[in-house]
Amino acid sequence: MIVPFSHVLLLALFLFLMGAACAVARRNLIMILIGVEIMLNSAALVFVGASLRWEQLDGQVLVIFILTVAAAEVAVGLALIVSSHRRTGSVNADRYNLLRG
Amino acid sequence: MTLFGTIFYLLAFILVASTVLAITRRQAIHAVIYLIISFVATGMIFYLLGAPFLAALEVIVYAGAIMVLFLFIVMMLRITPSGGPRKAALAQWAPAIILGAGSLMIAAVMVFVDPATGHPLKTLRAGPAELGRFLFREYWFPVEIASFLLLIALVGTLYLGRQEKKPGKVQAKESL
Repeated sequence: MIVPFSHVLLLALFLFLMGAACAVARRNLIMILIGVEIMLNSAALVFVGASLRWEQLDGQVLVIFILTVAAAEVAVGLALIVSSHRRTGSVNADRYNLLRG
Repeated sequence: MTLFGTIFYLLAFILVASTVLAITRRQAIHAVIYLIISFVATGMIFYLLGAPFLAALEVIVYAGAIMVLFLFIVMMLRITPSGGPRKAALAQWAPAIILGAGSLMIAAVMVFVDPATGHPLKTLRAGPAELGRFLFREYWFPVEIASFLLLIALVGTLYLGRQEKKPGKVQAKESL
């Protein structure tokens, strides 16, 4: 017996909110990507907890896929950041206003 | 409180504290370092919740590979620290804060009211061999799709990362 399942859910909820706040409120593109990583991590935490709660392995398998998606997302996201930094010389999200009328 | 419970709350505290420190740093490189602590703590929670293979994967893939990638980019781009969070008007912040607090309250109520969540977790564990057998017996097709996803991400990264041809050089070649 470790802890109630609800405590794992609350921990993941706090982590997800922190990741969302980081992704919304920061201006640096790298910090926005870090916020997305924190959100994916909290989702993985919920899956592992639920896998133990119902004693099924499916949750742990889904965490492997979350890891895959996170790795792919981070590779493409960082390549996009490098590409846009090459074009504009900045990683500040507020600077990308070329389409502004 | 059992020993495992104490360890869980300790790890949860480390996790939340390092994540808060990570998202409030002004320098991206400090945020990355704090995030490594956060991911290692998550890996230990995975171990506590009976997933030793996922704990190893978390440390290897998240704290190792992904964070090293972030470090490379932070060092490569020479980013000047930007200012703090956006100084937007309260009229812009208010809806976000109200909706966020509302969803947080609903989520907390759901977590506490649902009878399935009060169930204490047992100390079980699923070894890597068991997990691998289950993965390739029941989920072999998603594994193939995931490998395609990685391949496509690799191709996309190569496409985005290639050097753009300078227009001057192209013109020089055309004039020859």
